[in-house]
Amino acid sequence: MQDSHAAAAHHPAFQHHFETMEQQREASTLGMWLFLITEILFFGGMFTVYLVYRNWYFASFAAGSLTLDLTLGAFNTVVLIGSSLTMALAVHSAETGQRNLLVAFLLLTILLGATFLGVKAVEYSHKFEEHHVPGPSFRFGSEELRHFHEEATALRSTQIHGVELGEVQLFFSLYFAMTGMHALHMVIGIGVLSVLAWKSRRGVYSPEYFAPVEYAGLYWHFVDIVWIFLFPLLYLITRHVGVHP
Amino acid sequence: MSTAVATAPESIHRRRHYLNADYGIRSWLFTTDHKRIALLYLFSITFFFALGGLFAVLIRLELLTPAGDLMTSDTYNKVFTMHGIMMVFFFLIPSVPATLGNFLIPMMIGARDLAFPKLNLASWYLFMAGGVFALYSVVTGGIDTGWTFYTPFSTTYSNTKVIPAALGILIAGFSSIFTGLNFIVTVHRMRAPGLTWFRLPLFVWANYAASLIMVLGTPVLAITIILVFLERAFHIGIFDPRLGGDPILFQHLFWFYSHPAVYIMILPSMGVMSELISAFSRKRVFGYSFVAFSSVAIAVFGFLVWGHHMFVSGQSVYAAMVFSILSYLVAIPSAVKVFNWTATLYKGSVSYQTPMLYAFGFLGLFTIGGLTGLFLAALGVDVHVTDTYFVVAHFHYIMVGGVIMGYLGGLHFWWPKITGRLYPEGWAKLSALVVFLGFNLTFFPQFVLGYLGMPRRYHAYPEEFQVLNVMSSAGASILGVGYLLPLFYLLWSMRYGPEAGPNPFDARGLEWQTASPPPTHNFEQVPIVQEEAYAYHAAQEVPVAG
Amino acid sequence: MGFDLPLFPDQASTMATRVDHLYFYLLAVSAFFTILITAMLIFFAIRYRRARHPNAVPIEGSTKLELAWTGIPLIIAMSMFVWAANIFFAMNRPPRGALEIYAVGKQWMWKFEHVGGQREINQLHVPVGRDVKLTMISQDVIHSMFFPAFRVKQDVLPNRYTTVWFHPTKIGTYHLFCAEYCGTKHSGMIGQVVVMEPAQYQAWLAGGAQGGSLVASGERLFRDLACDTCHRPDTGARGPDLAGLFGKPVRFAGGGSAVADETYIRESITNPAAKVVEGFQPIMPTFQGQVSEEGLLQLVAYIKSLQTQTPAAAPGAPPAAAAPPRGNP
Repeated sequence: MQDSHAAAAHHPAFQHHFETMEQQREASTLGMWLFLITEILFFGGMFTVYLVYRNWYFASFAAGSLTLDLTLGAFNTVVLIGSSLTMALAVHSAETGQRNLLVAFLLLTILLGATFLGVKAVEYSHKFEEHHVPGPSFRFGSEELRHFHEEATALRSTQIHGVELGEVQLFFSLYFAMTGMHALHMVIGIGVLSVLAWKSRRGVYSPEYFAPVEYAGLYWHFVDIVWIFLFPLLYLITRHVGVHP
Repeated sequence: MSTAVATAPESIHRRRHYLNADYGIRSWLFTTDHKRIALLYLFSITFFFALGGLFAVLIRLELLTPAGDLMTSDTYNKVFTMHGIMMVFFFLIPSVPATLGNFLIPMMIGARDLAFPKLNLASWYLFMAGGVFALYSVVTGGIDTGWTFYTPFSTTYSNTKVIPAALGILIAGFSSIFTGLNFIVTVHRMRAPGLTWFRLPLFVWANYAASLIMVLGTPVLAITIILVFLERAFHIGIFDPRLGGDPILFQHLFWFYSHPAVYIMILPSMGVMSELISAFSRKRVFGYSFVAFSSVAIAVFGFLVWGHHMFVSGQSVYAAMVFSILSYLVAIPSAVKVFNWTATLYKGSVSYQTPMLYAFGFLGLFTIGGLTGLFLAALGVDVHVTDTYFVVAHFHYIMVGGVIMGYLGGLHFWWPKITGRLYPEGWAKLSALVVFLGFNLTFFPQFVLGYLGMPRRYHAYPEEFQVLNVMSSAGASILGVGYLLPLFYLLWSMRYGPEAGPNPFDARGLEWQTASPPPTHNFEQVPIVQEEAYAYHAAQEVPVAG
Repeated sequence: MGFDLPLFPDQASTMATRVDHLYFYLLAVSAFFTILITAMLIFFAIRYRRARHPNAVPIEGSTKLELAWTGIPLIIAMSMFVWAANIFFAMNRPPRGALEIYAVGKQWMWKFEHVGGQREINQLHVPVGRDVKLTMISQDVIHSMFFPAFRVKQDVLPNRYTTVWFHPTKIGTYHLFCAEYCGTKHSGMIGQVVVMEPAQYQAWLAGGAQGGSLVASGERLFRDLACDTCHRPDTGARGPDLAGLFGKPVRFAGGGSAVADETYIRESITNPAAKVVEGFQPIMPTFQGQVSEEGLLQLVAYIKSLQTQTPAAAPGAPPAAAAPPRGNP
């Protein structure tokens, strides 16, 4: 026992309250997974609220959803999935000790993340211009409503009545709360990845010790998965109109 | 007890331990030692407890007379709100886990520290930051929503400082999440060689179960508070009925955390009970595995009963029935625990030292608190007693009678370990007795008041309720004395108490095998465990190790 | 103020008796277990005190005992559940033909409207020996209507009607409390419920009516708001005919249906686009903010009265209450 402790002690990243490097790694992996579970519950609360209201106010939510830019949303989905790929490659590079590749993939992931946020900023600014931001200046006029009716009729939906200003605003409230919280997680992720890229360049990580890269990867994938749920829930409601009785 | 004090008085000063390893304010504020962080929590929660107690004094003073003449109704509403917020979020939830749990879990499992010492320190800073926000809300005008923040009152109608208080709770919530995460990882990954799950002390099991709730429940509270915050700041309609939002949805989300939160409070205290009763009966806890699994069962079932706070809220009759039957199911593991503790005394060798007196007190009060919970789970009776003083009395029996008895009992039990000193036994016994009597006098009349129909959160009340309210206030003053006594003699003992030695109660468990106060890394050598935590009989033949 | 120590509340409704019986059962079970546990604790603590019993006997546990003290409490708990659920079910099923009274809660008062148009604030007069049903709504935050002497309580919500019913059995004056914390003067939101002999109650009704019955006020409002221009019985009307609507299922354009209850009718006035009746266009303007909660209740009462084409003989309205002369036509 003492021997393994002493053997591990030479590694600079070893923390001395652990017995072995192995124990340290297992502990931090479990900790990271637990953290991700808390994140699931955190977003879970908002998803619950969203699903309840979507169920109650289907037409209003569909009408609100129709004003979102499907192209930009789909583009962002592709960007994020791509960033998950580069992140996975970054972890792989760390595992195999390819320092330059690690730095390159981390930077690429950061770039894709920034692209996502940039597109999101464009979408938000459109919403501001269209007065779709909840608050005193919120507007959802006859033009949007007509557009929705046309679209819904084209899909042979009967659920075109019952669009209510307050309920549409509720949709946008949840849209901003959920995508905003997601974007905040992206910003934090980009910050973490920047630090990792800097440290990787200095050669901190090696095949023996690359846990922080691995955990940042888990986090990044988690944030991606949240978006994979957000995108259909928020952007694709109208695709659902047709199948509803 | 006095026989245990045999070592030379200077030895504490000669030997290096976690208290004298380093001096100066920085060595405390930047420490990553779980024992020092436990003490930081101990002092902080004592402060918040004193503050919450001060608000309680104001409440009981106001309710001495039916007229509501001591303060305005707005002030009274702020006072009971702050009493609730301080006590629930800044005292009861961190009470046992953040202090005793922090101090003992690594020692009980033979580890040098928690898995993430820096995160542990960060938790304390988050806790204090949350406290600062809550205090800011008090100083700048207070908050009057009740600790439950029911919408749309909290989001639209209240004119008080809701946002800073809500932020304070949010931040303190993250402290709780990280503490729970730290405990779970520590228990899974840091156990000493040979320490299997079923050799773990029941205190560890109980804190593990409570940690599961902290990790799974608190994030939901966090997002709920964020939504309330957004609603209040921008009127976005999520809980505002005028904009299509549903205030009942808020109650569902709030109680999804806040009912399990009761188990965050009581489970660690139940863990303390298992330790005390076994140590002072010199016996293994009767039905160890049933007690251990009942903790986990409480944690799991505890997540499924939140709707019993909403039987008259307008939720569906069938939902209410499901929540009622589940609430009865969650009562069973608690009953199993009480029966097992009682049976532990059978053919034991019982001594009546202070911690054991607290344990007796706990059993009495928790039994009453638990049984009155059956009244509240009973749909037809709950309709009458919900939102009355019956509920107030019930949850004080659980939270104050249960949690604080466990907290004080545990503090007295491990005080010699924490400080290396003994407290004056006579005073301690007196305070246990005063707390028990004062508590019952304060809260028993409230059951009667509640069934009579006195609603909670009333600033003024009809005259016929006065006698019972005066009794309650009188009891509260006795209770207050009971709480002040330990504050004085424990502080006194830190300097003047006789030295305790490593194991003054001759208890089992790894924490007693190291010196008091323990060295910075807890053990001179990593212990190798060959027996369970309650091996009183094995130990009677073999001399005590360490 | 004398030395007054009440220990038990008045028992003034049929529900009070039922609730109290269950309460006594719960008390008896609780007392039994409290005494059992306390007695065992004291007995063991003394019998096995260290001075007398210095060496503990090792006992692992007993699965039989564990099963017993899991199973027996479970059975007792289930008996409590069934009994209590039974009462709760009755509390949530207002009997047919109950006397209907409407209540609006606001910070910080209760306003009541009787079918005959009598209004009162923080006071409620009801006859003894009859089922009484309150239909309630809040104008602002959540309140809760609580009658301790009747053992009933129900939260009063904004934007949605809730009901509570009771059958008073004892003449007297009892408390009426707001039980859900509602802000500054929460403790001032109290009142009295006066249970009277039926004859006295009739006399009280006769003296208190002003401005016509609830249905009449509703009818007037219906006309003033020009609802009748669209909601007409003839075919080709722009809005659905409301006669006989109450209590019937309604099918909506775009699927779904609901029973036309008070909440549905209110929603159709304040938020008409939410549920459009099948075969009609969503052309009705919203009346949100234009009609007070009292006015909405009058409209609801009027539409309820349209069961059969003659408003006065609505089955919901009790024959006794309809009999006394109204103040104004």
